[in-house]
Amino acid sequence: MTSAESSVSAIEQDNRPPARKASSFVGWIMSPERRGPLLIAPAIATLFLVNIFPLMWSFGLSFFEYKANRIAPPVFKGLTNYRDVLTDPEIWARFQNTALIVIGSVTLQLIVGFLLALLFAQEFPLRRYLLMLVLSPMMLSLSAVGVFFKLFYDPTLGFISRIISMFTTDTFVILSTPTRAIVAIVVADAWMWSPFVMLLVLAGLVSVPKYLYEAAEIDRAGWWRRFTTITFPYIRSLLLLALLFRTIETFKIFDIVYLLTEGGPGSSTETASVYVYRLAFQFFRTSQASAMGYIMVFAVIVLTSLYLYAIQSRRSEP
Amino acid sequence: MSREREVKAIGQAGWRRTFGAGIVSLAYFFPVFYIIMTAFKTRPDALAMPIKFLFTPTLENFYSVFVRADIQGGGGTNSGFGLYFFNSLFIGGTSVFLALIIGTSAAYGFSRFPLRGNDTYLFVILTTRMLPPIIAIIPIFVLFRIFGLSGSYTGVIALYTAFNLPFSIWMAKSFFDDLDRDIEDAARMDGSSEWSVFRKICLPQVYGGLAATFVFAVILTWNEFLFALMLTGTETRTVPVAIARTIGGQVGVDWGLLSAIETLFIIPVVIVTFLLQNQLLRGVTFGTIRK
Repeated sequence: MTSAESSVSAIEQDNRPPARKASSFVGWIMSPERRGPLLIAPAIATLFLVNIFPLMWSFGLSFFEYKANRIAPPVFKGLTNYRDVLTDPEIWARFQNTALIVIGSVTLQLIVGFLLALLFAQEFPLRRYLLMLVLSPMMLSLSAVGVFFKLFYDPTLGFISRIISMFTTDTFVILSTPTRAIVAIVVADAWMWSPFVMLLVLAGLVSVPKYLYEAAEIDRAGWWRRFTTITFPYIRSLLLLALLFRTIETFKIFDIVYLLTEGGPGSSTETASVYVYRLAFQFFRTSQASAMGYIMVFAVIVLTSLYLYAIQSRRSEP
Repeated sequence: MSREREVKAIGQAGWRRTFGAGIVSLAYFFPVFYIIMTAFKTRPDALAMPIKFLFTPTLENFYSVFVRADIQGGGGTNSGFGLYFFNSLFIGGTSVFLALIIGTSAAYGFSRFPLRGNDTYLFVILTTRMLPPIIAIIPIFVLFRIFGLSGSYTGVIALYTAFNLPFSIWMAKSFFDDLDRDIEDAARMDGSSEWSVFRKICLPQVYGGLAATFVFAVILTWNEFLFALMLTGTETRTVPVAIARTIGGQVGVDWGLLSAIETLFIIPVVIVTFLLQNQLLRGVTFGTIRK
């Protein structure tokens, strides 16, 4: 096949038969209409082998009674695992912990990130260097941040606990009360991810057409009015994206909790991910862990589709 | 692809804003700065209160990252951190390299030769990346044991390749989508083959973006904790796992030493953040948001 033929057929591949009948398997597989499938095949194969197949396997497992540390073959139990998981108050308590952390952390991130974005919206000397300082936390490892804050919250050595204990009489121990432990996690997580929100809000602020501000200047619109009628409509969609993205990510929170509190005190900061980890690798209740995991998967899939929907509708905005 | 090297701004402010933003930035960066500072302190300095900002820096902690002093004195034993840093780089580099080759080809396919249900494929691919890693690790842990892959480089690299693939595909696709199609069509009119359109026109234009994707994905892998915790063995352990094991003992944690490890672990990331500033938005949102 000449290159000219192939280029023509590539452009009109939808409504034109292949320029020449392929005579061999190689010709068949290399024909223009199989270009797309051929290009993505290696990716799909890899994902299927390493990701999707194991997931399907564990999805199947969630309908069986199975312990990964026993040789006993899986026994079919139908939906019992799901029923057990959904009616277990222990598990609802873990989801509640997760929800508390998600709500606290995402709200804090949105507020701090928004304020940081306003601060960095304009160009000023050394902006690029100062941005590096503010943006770097989100690029750090979640586990590194967990270790950082473990050091900062250390009752005798940590600078945060020592600063707090200057204002209170007793020494500050994060694991002493559930509220403290949750606040400690929220602060660490929000510190790390506020720059993410800031980056998205900045993108929104930059997209506001200048002439709108100039028009507002002429109309002598006040600061608040300019913000609500011009700025906010442009950053609203990005704020929503930030909210969804951070909710998905925070919902999965594992590393920081695992390193900072290990779920304690008691189980008051044990999040859904940490609990699934415990179920699967400490109690070896593999199938219950899978069942609980798939409830999380369902939530993530719903949130991800909402996120992509929000992306689509933002693109179709004028 | 935007040529600006910075995060965009609106309007102009003066040095007064620099001053205000400077204070906020330094406060925000303080936790990182504190760790780096502690890494250079001797044990008494690290424990001193109020926090010592003026001290004689020492490299002692960095030395003991790699060589653990013997209790009896004399020589020292290898702490293994040299190996762990090598593992982090090797596993990250190899898996991202593989993911980027597979991912770029797929991204080009998704971008230029859309299939029926193109968006569904892309959604499923993104979803595999958005799922809680703990869900993926349960079956993979069991299957890896069955196939004897746990603790081996092959297993970890295969897993991280799949882990980096959705990111690479979405990122590379976003770069291909940004290109101007007219040039390609003109080349096709002039009789270029599809291969040379890809090789000579599209690919050179996205090299910068692919390089950014590479570095980004290496950082994501470098930072990853849970998969590494579950699937690496003594020989293939990566830095985050080694750090977690260092603090695992609860009592007698040497914060100076730990800070030194953390410093070596995060400095490359901070530098890269600076260099990739204009790609950061795209990177942290997996290529879903460009501007």
